[in-house]
Amino acid sequence: MLTILFDGIAYGMLLFVLAAGLAVTLGLMNFVNLAHGAFAMAGGYATVILMNRFGLPFLLCLPLAFLFSAALGFIFERLLYRHMYERSHLDQVLFSIGLVFMSIAATDYLMGSQQQNIHLPAYLQGRIFIGGVGIGIYRLFIVVLCSLMALGLQWMLAKTRFGSQLRAAVDDRRAARGLGIPVVKVFAITFAFGSGLAGLGGALGAEIVGLDPTFPLKFMLYFLIVVTVGGTSSLTGPLLAALMLGVADVMGKYLVPQLGAFIIYAIMLAVLMLRPQGLFARGR
Amino acid sequence: MTLAHQTLALQTLGLSKSFGGFRANSDISLCVARGARHALIGPNGAGKTTFINLLTGVVPATSGTVRLLDEDVTRVSQQGRVKRGMARTYQINQLFADLTPIETVGLAIAEREGAGARWWSRVGQNSAVVDEAEALLTRMKLGEVMMWRTATLPYGKQRLLEIALAMACKPKLLLLDEPAAGVPEDERHDVLDSVEALPQDVTVLLIEHDMELVFSFADRISVLVQGQLFAEGGVEEISTDPRVKAVYLGEDAHV
Amino acid sequence: MLSKPPSTRPLGAQAPSPAAFLQARAAWRWPEILFWISAFGLILLFPNRHLLLNEIAILGLFALSLDLILGYAGIVSLGHAAFFGVGAYAAGLLAKHGVSEPVTGLLLSGAAAGLVGFLASFMILRGTDLTRLMVTLGVALIFHELANRLDWITGGADGLLGISVGPILGRFDFDFAGTTAYTYSLTATFLLFLLARRIVHSPFGLSLKALKDNHLRAATIGIAPNRRIVAIYTLAAVYAGMAGALLTQTTQFVSLEMLDFARSADALLVLVIGGSGYLYGGLIGAIAFKLMKDTLSAMTPAYWIFWMGFILVILVLIGRDRLMATLARPFAPLLKLLGARRP
Repeated sequence: MLTILFDGIAYGMLLFVLAAGLAVTLGLMNFVNLAHGAFAMAGGYATVILMNRFGLPFLLCLPLAFLFSAALGFIFERLLYRHMYERSHLDQVLFSIGLVFMSIAATDYLMGSQQQNIHLPAYLQGRIFIGGVGIGIYRLFIVVLCSLMALGLQWMLAKTRFGSQLRAAVDDRRAARGLGIPVVKVFAITFAFGSGLAGLGGALGAEIVGLDPTFPLKFMLYFLIVVTVGGTSSLTGPLLAALMLGVADVMGKYLVPQLGAFIIYAIMLAVLMLRPQGLFARGR
Repeated sequence: MTLAHQTLALQTLGLSKSFGGFRANSDISLCVARGARHALIGPNGAGKTTFINLLTGVVPATSGTVRLLDEDVTRVSQQGRVKRGMARTYQINQLFADLTPIETVGLAIAEREGAGARWWSRVGQNSAVVDEAEALLTRMKLGEVMMWRTATLPYGKQRLLEIALAMACKPKLLLLDEPAAGVPEDERHDVLDSVEALPQDVTVLLIEHDMELVFSFADRISVLVQGQLFAEGGVEEISTDPRVKAVYLGEDAHV
Repeated sequence: MLSKPPSTRPLGAQAPSPAAFLQARAAWRWPEILFWISAFGLILLFPNRHLLLNEIAILGLFALSLDLILGYAGIVSLGHAAFFGVGAYAAGLLAKHGVSEPVTGLLLSGAAAGLVGFLASFMILRGTDLTRLMVTLGVALIFHELANRLDWITGGADGLLGISVGPILGRFDFDFAGTTAYTYSLTATFLLFLLARRIVHSPFGLSLKALKDNHLRAATIGIAPNRRIVAIYTLAAVYAGMAGALLTQTTQFVSLEMLDFARSADALLVLVIGGSGYLYGGLIGAIAFKLMKDTLSAMTPAYWIFWMGFILVILVLIGRDRLMATLARPFAPLLKLLGARRP
């Protein structure tokens, strides 16, 4: 039982890292990017190729996956996304759905439609027992790594100069520009960083949630749940939402496999109806 | 007391609104007599917009009551207050850009008459609605442009449409939020004339920055400062009040 | 835009009376009549294309139903396939369990989808574009999951087999060439179009446009938004359900594909191509969409969705309005006559 709980937590942490970038673009920049999962998928595939074709070690692949997705995110932001910031939500939705479809077909064409496997190094396999509770080493690895990322992110947003510049730019773009904050650069870096995190999540998650060309579509709703249920006023909300979602999903699928997915959807609809601004957002 | 009640169009009792820890309106008790031309003035950030939002029911009050024509409407919805005779204009135009003035005004009239949700008749078939809309628009100097798309109207005409749209609700109490704001000089007198020409049986609460307009139009003035009622009185009284002058000094030098 | 002479101002001639001006909006224009005559004329003209035409008519109806909520009420939906699917499965189950007369099945399926739409509409009343996206998407996913899990009723992933559809009104049998199917679907689409046309030109329709245009002001002049939104959302669900039912009845098969996310996206793309808010966008878009899909699928069979994504990205990036205005310029007088206010 506790093992499952821990699996759920690990899954939740993974979802948080996957969705953190979206929480920033959607929550702070108010930009609906349904194609966020495509950047996660890119990180996953980068890891697969680096490991299986070039034989690089897994731990080295993780930062490379981050860099690959971040670079991709940067390029897309500069070329395409920045034109969409001022558009209506409908335009943003249509645009990013288009990107999702293109990424699915392109990945299918380049890599084939089959599931991709990542062979974890031996030291990340197996279980350890803590107080009689069996814990997968890889899950533990994920929990530790993702917790560190979450703390780092929170620190960055709250304490660093970049974080305050971002918050200012989001609050009032024109005023921030007047204060000499390089708004365009801040947005581009933020977008790239969020994409990079997604890529890292995709690399980490390939072993747990699988990796195939339909990844961006399959997890689109999960990312959106994390952000909308969590609310968009801070990163703590999405983190809690991701943990809840992860635990509920894993537990649900284990305990009542017949109902697995329904539980998630039902919770989401209930939250959206009762608190459209998110479960953990500060009430006005 | 009873007598006083009957002659009030609007009364607020201890009306307050807090956002988080910030008290945007605190303990405002205001009486507006029926048929009055009452002005509410105050420097920027005094809480005028919040006050209107409380009166019209856009945001719920933290505490206090709103009475409209002797009825407690504190818990009545926005639409309910419109039906009971409260209408407003906006400081920044809130119009239907894609519709024409005749459609816009007709919509409000049909809604008032309970015919706004008919789905089987054609727009324009209800001649009572169309005639009234036409008459109102003509009166408001919008007759020539009533078949234009609203987005293409000159700004002054859009300001007039703001007022016409509120009048289409046949209000007993009309809240005018800076009706002449941003209107170019050559169109200004049109707007001012229309405000002057509003029927006497409609009570008007004017929220305004422009002192010239306030002093020429209002018979009673309330001053809002930092979310609180600061002073109230006749035009003479307020225009000579040294405290009011002090509040406005630097903000609006010609007071 | 500002100083341009407005298109609605009558040129030259004596200005019409306001009543005439308002009612002229709802008058039939000759290209509309031509459009429908051609559509029905195709029954005789292209006998070997009726299967494709049938699909176009159904997709057109489905997109029309999305147009009712997107183009007229401004509600962005990512899950309109939910209602299409409910109608499709309802029609399939009815036909399988004894109600084999198509028109009865069509009406009942529409009612079933309408009921679901009515209940779902309460979930989209609150919140922003984003929460509406999530809710519509979530509802569609729930129905997809339901159809998948309740396999003893729906056949699950294998699809619902054993549907036998009787002759329409007991008289007209479905044929292999699809002639009856196309005639049937087109007639249903036409009748539903007439109803939609009537409604969007009514005071109710005008109030929806006002709500879409400026929600805040609509509330200030006494329009209670919720009941209007519930009504139009329910109606759109009925239409979508009937489109689904038509597909089931004319193909005698229902599968999970009816509820796919891709189907919701298809409808959006159709409206992006055809334009929204003047009723013909769904129908014209459906024609363009199907022809494009056929051509592109023939070139690269497996990667149609790449091109679909590509078209979306390009259309949005260049600006839907601008691109459509440029492309439609040669046809602008025609489109205006069809009732589009702005290209």
